[in-house]
Amino acid sequence: MAEHIAAATPLGGHPKDYHAAKMGMWLFLFTEILLFGGLFLLYASYRHKFPQAFHAGGQTLDVFLGGLNTVVLITSSLSVALSITALRRGELTRCLWLLSFTIACAGAFMVNKTIEWMAKFHHGLIPGSEHMLGLPQGQSIFYGLYFAMTGLHGIHVIIGASVLAWVMLLIRQGKVTAEDYVVLENAGLYWHIVDLVWIYLFPLFYLIS
Amino acid sequence: MTDTHEVPHSKDQGHALSYRFLTLVWLGLMCLTALTIGAARIDLGYLNVVAALGIASAKACLVIFFFMHLKYENRLLKGMVLTAFVILAIAIGLTFVDVGYRY
Repeated sequence: MAEHIAAATPLGGHPKDYHAAKMGMWLFLFTEILLFGGLFLLYASYRHKFPQAFHAGGQTLDVFLGGLNTVVLITSSLSVALSITALRRGELTRCLWLLSFTIACAGAFMVNKTIEWMAKFHHGLIPGSEHMLGLPQGQSIFYGLYFAMTGLHGIHVIIGASVLAWVMLLIRQGKVTAEDYVVLENAGLYWHIVDLVWIYLFPLFYLIS
Repeated sequence: MTDTHEVPHSKDQGHALSYRFLTLVWLGLMCLTALTIGAARIDLGYLNVVAALGIASAKACLVIFFFMHLKYENRLLKGMVLTAFVILAIAIGLTFVDVGYRY
């Protein structure tokens, strides 16, 4: 362990500790879990208070698009996990292809999400609009939570894809390698959390109705 | 598929999971996704919510333990993750008890 740290320390540089780097990432992920956890708590409370409105609201969401996005995100989680194995085995080209595929999946997810949101906008369901605020309270809250939670999740998809693109650059520059891959692992952890949140969002919004 | 290829590494960083194993985990996740969509089409009353959350949690476990590599991490990290989820469960559980008996 000690010689591992010493070996990874360039002259005058900061010591780099594999375990500390990973633990730091997990600590950050806990704050993400609590961030979305708070929103899930709101969802649970209001669903309990307005069961009919949440039932009706859920039926207006497109299960096919939601299901498709579930498949896209789970597959992108696989490709990130595979890319870590590829990097550790020194298969750089395969690693970069897998990461490109992951970013393409993120793009596909956002296209689907845009189609979904546009359909809602066409029905006058625009966050903050008079129409949405004028709906019965339960429905207004359902769509408010839908936009807030899928919107915040969408922002995470964009950030995750950007981070992966940055790691691709580091791999090409030889700064992330088969021996020093914790940056890719941590970026992967972030991407999996994005997947994890969607695993709960999908049934709660699209299926329970 | 060079499964025998050894990466020179200090052993406490764990082994790289094989392509084959990760693909099997993905297959499991796909089956559970199909299952949750199928289960939602049958009217089970309040059990629909239980089934949806149960299947989602099974999928979450697959992602956390294998894709996120937690199964192969040290006990400290496992304990930290467990603590975070227990705290979340307490926050949601207790608040829901309050909300549930208020109206």
